[in-house]
Amino acid sequence: MLVSVQSNDFDIGKELEFLNNSDRNNGAIVSFQGVVRNNSTNSLLHMDIEQYPGMTQKAISDYVKRAMERWSLNDALVIHRHGKLFPGDRIMMVATAAMHRHDAFQSAEFLMDYLKSRAPFWKKEVTKDGYHWVEPMLDDEKALERW
Amino acid sequence: MIKVLYFAWVRERIGVSYEMVETESETIIGLVDELRQREPRYEIAFSDLSALKVAINQELCDFDTKLSGALEIAFFPPMTGG
Repeated sequence: MLVSVQSNDFDIGKELEFLNNSDRNNGAIVSFQGVVRNNSTNSLLHMDIEQYPGMTQKAISDYVKRAMERWSLNDALVIHRHGKLFPGDRIMMVATAAMHRHDAFQSAEFLMDYLKSRAPFWKKEVTKDGYHWVEPMLDDEKALERW
Repeated sequence: MIKVLYFAWVRERIGVSYEMVETESETIIGLVDELRQREPRYEIAFSDLSALKVAINQELCDFDTKLSGALEIAFFPPMTGG
């Protein structure tokens, strides 16, 4: 299990290779990457991602542990960036490794849903006219109900 | 003394990222009421508690949670990770 909260970018290929090499029983690896999207008027200059140092690592690790208890996983990793990010930049990745794809898909979705609304990060969108804090989407909170 | 932290727009409205607070209150909501009476900036930040989340010792909790054993309390808007 790997959980990293960092400001620098990461190499998805290397991370997945590392995950794959960690266990010869892997039959399925699911990965997701989140990317900074421009806003509806294409005026996003950059995003500032604030975090609660200490709690982020702890909260994410707790959810990864829950995922590993609930599904049959060989390994899982979460990397989440903070700081100043530009449209097109990678924000985060989740990857899960299992013997079978069902466990890998389900646990990756579970982790994404929890990271969205339970990991202590806050996104600020900066445009030339100022900035605003991103509001959570109602659907994000509802997504947790299925777990 | 309890370390009280603020994040995102809560931090901006209160004007500091953290402070040490002496409190007589037994619950988080009691602490919030104390702070609101101190200065308008707290009143503004805590005007709508349904828009806020709170954590004790880096774990999410409810506003009626007791303060006993609390070393660190954080107030922040709903998270937007991922």
